[in-house]
Amino acid sequence: MLKFILRRVGASVLVLLGASVLMYILVINSGDPLADFRESNDPRAAAQMRSRIAAMGLENPWYERYWDWLKGVGGCFTGQCDLGNSVNGTSVLALTEQAAGSTLRLVTLATLLAIVLGVGLGILTAIRQYSAFDYTVTFGAFLFFALPVFWAAVLLKEFGAIRYNNWIAEGQYAPGTILVIAAVLALALAGLLGGSRRRRLLTGAATFVFVAAVMFVFNMIDWYRNPSFGLVMVVLTSAGAAVLVTALVSGLKNRKALYASLTTVAVGAVIYLVLAIAGVLAEPTWLLLAGLFVLALAISVGIGYFMGGYAKKQVMMITGITGTITSLMVVVDQLIAHWASFLGLKSRPISTIGAETPQFGGGFWESALDKGAQLLLPTLLLALISVATHSRYTRASMLEVMGQDYVRTARSKGLSEREVIVKHAFRNALIPITTIVAFDFAALIGGAVITERVFGWKGMGQLFQQGLNATDPNPVMAFFLVTGVAAVTMNLLADIAYASLDPRIRR
Amino acid sequence: MSDIRNTAPHGEDFEPVPGAQSIDVQGGVGAGHLPPEPLPTEDKSYSQTQLVWRRFLRHRAAMISCAVIVLIVLVAYSSIGVGPIPGWWDKTYLATYDKIGTGSPTLTHPFGQDAIGKDYFAMTMRGTQHSLFIALGIGVLSTILGTLVGALAGYFRGWVDSVLMRMTDVFIVIPLLVIAAVLGKMASSWGIWGLTLILGAVTWTGLARLVRGEVLSLREREFVMAAQAVGTSASRIIVKHILPNAVGVIIVNATLAISSAILLETALSFLGYGVQSPDTSLGLLISQNQNAFATRPWLFWWPGLLILTIALCVNFIGDGLRDAFDPRQTRKD
Repeated sequence: MLKFILRRVGASVLVLLGASVLMYILVINSGDPLADFRESNDPRAAAQMRSRIAAMGLENPWYERYWDWLKGVGGCFTGQCDLGNSVNGTSVLALTEQAAGSTLRLVTLATLLAIVLGVGLGILTAIRQYSAFDYTVTFGAFLFFALPVFWAAVLLKEFGAIRYNNWIAEGQYAPGTILVIAAVLALALAGLLGGSRRRRLLTGAATFVFVAAVMFVFNMIDWYRNPSFGLVMVVLTSAGAAVLVTALVSGLKNRKALYASLTTVAVGAVIYLVLAIAGVLAEPTWLLLAGLFVLALAISVGIGYFMGGYAKKQVMMITGITGTITSLMVVVDQLIAHWASFLGLKSRPISTIGAETPQFGGGFWESALDKGAQLLLPTLLLALISVATHSRYTRASMLEVMGQDYVRTARSKGLSEREVIVKHAFRNALIPITTIVAFDFAALIGGAVITERVFGWKGMGQLFQQGLNATDPNPVMAFFLVTGVAAVTMNLLADIAYASLDPRIRR
Repeated sequence: MSDIRNTAPHGEDFEPVPGAQSIDVQGGVGAGHLPPEPLPTEDKSYSQTQLVWRRFLRHRAAMISCAVIVLIVLVAYSSIGVGPIPGWWDKTYLATYDKIGTGSPTLTHPFGQDAIGKDYFAMTMRGTQHSLFIALGIGVLSTILGTLVGALAGYFRGWVDSVLMRMTDVFIVIPLLVIAAVLGKMASSWGIWGLTLILGAVTWTGLARLVRGEVLSLREREFVMAAQAVGTSASRIIVKHILPNAVGVIIVNATLAISSAILLETALSFLGYGVQSPDTSLGLLISQNQNAFATRPWLFWWPGLLILTIALCVNFIGDGLRDAFDPRQTRKD
């Protein structure tokens, strides 16, 4: 296994090296770095030109310039990174450190969202093949494939941000809107759950009544401006998730698993209560939250270990997932609780420009909300297109696997549909999906160039564009370095996942 | 995908009724399980091409898409004409006209006018011409290159394979948009021909990998061995024996390459590395008017909807072609 990984890393590094040479040559030949001086009538232009020639090493042949750059990058392994200076003399390393943070945050979030949504949709459409739901999702996927990102971005800005901001000032849905939203949700859920006509009608009607009622009540209590979630809702949603996770992973027949996951939720709620009374969560830091999360995960897995019974490993996985969801719910609760004060600080919450509001004065949760509100639209945009890809590939892969003999055998043994799909089909369908996800990550960073530009982020995309416009290789190469290393890392992760999913790969 | 042979009793000319078949029986479906379908004549057999063609013609979404694409092409090229040949539309994309009101769509200017009074219909049609031309050019070029590289690497294996595939890897590691932007910046002064050529030169990598995989499996087959045994040259084996069997993969991916090329071109023009003003393309039009959404929404809607329609139609055609070339996948996918 180690040998396999090392060989892959070696090959990737060589490929990266080759690609960097190619990029370097292309970039330095893509234009004239002195164009701005040639056009100027300033008497000092000649002197400035000479100093830039010296600073950028323009009189050297390309291989010397490349070698200088490579030496600087090589320094990263000995702790002295030097990615060169940009045209203006700023250190590219500092620029990259600033830019990479926001871009990687955006891309990572979009990837996670896309994986969860895309794989989920893919599985559901495969199970409900040729249903109205399947056709709708398929058409949607085709639409997103064909969507120019920047065009969709402008639409999102208009409808997702500007109109939402206008609306939140009032925070009331019109009765007609409520009915339409409820009807759409009812149709979607009825189509998704399927079953006989009677069952579908029932599901649809119940959803419709529930959603409409909830939305009317929300209107009355002005929930959209002063939302609250509360401990009760945290417990309820987490318990629901616990039951769902148990049903999917081990089946509800395994009572030990069910009790363990519910215990996890209960313990989580108690800890949350204690933390809230102690006031720890009022003004935390990211480090504290991360620490708490690790603790929560350890406790949940521990519960799984002690209550797991004969299927310890499986139950530990269930309680681990439940613990994660409960922790998420706690964070959501805190965020929702701070929404009203956030609105007070920033009356138009969803911004369309920049990665965070400059001089934002709120506390920890308010600034988290602020960053979230800034992230929302670009992430959504990046994720949508990947969701289309992922859902199509997952669907095809699932259908391929579901047609295999061993799935038929599993069914004929009398296994439940859950066991057939989760254990026999899905695990094998995952194998090709990992490759797609890894490839997509690198493409997403490329796509971020456009998204960042539309949303005015100061990220890697801007670094790249400014560098390219000035025919300045250093920022462009820094961009390439980040994307290249990210791509190689993701491919490596995919290879490892691949090897652990499919033992035949390990050679 | 490639081994579609006409071995079923009545040819493989069955279109499964969607939904009529549960997924359980997919594994080993023989022709006997399929719903009987009135066939033209019992003893008439179809060639591979005819089968594919008939299946494609029956794909409704693909047929509608074809009609829409043809319509767009006809309108785009006939309205403002090509080069020196004038079209039926009396306005040009360069001239400015008296503004009627705010420039919103009227009978004289069906797509409206831009901020300085240019006729937006003519501009959009010019942009559509460019986008279509570039996309088709990139699609054709990248298909040829990808097929060539993939076929050579897959057939000769050994060091040829290593060299070509490492080269492909090098191109794949660089995000497509990034290398396209760098090359686009170099080529933007060479006009749309230069842009097409240079973008075609970097978009072939995916197809090369696919074709290589396909050729790797085909070259081990008996008919290739037979051809080698009678002393057929390598080039003839590749062209006459192997590529016809891989034509499904190639054609399907050529359509997909065209649709992604449309998006690539518009993205580049949007970033400023594609078609340059005063000439225009759909991406450039959106880029110039992205802030006009609140004041002149029509400047924003027309080019976007056109890109969307073209790309969507090409995707559907690709889907139809895939179903036509590989009917077994229709049931699955």
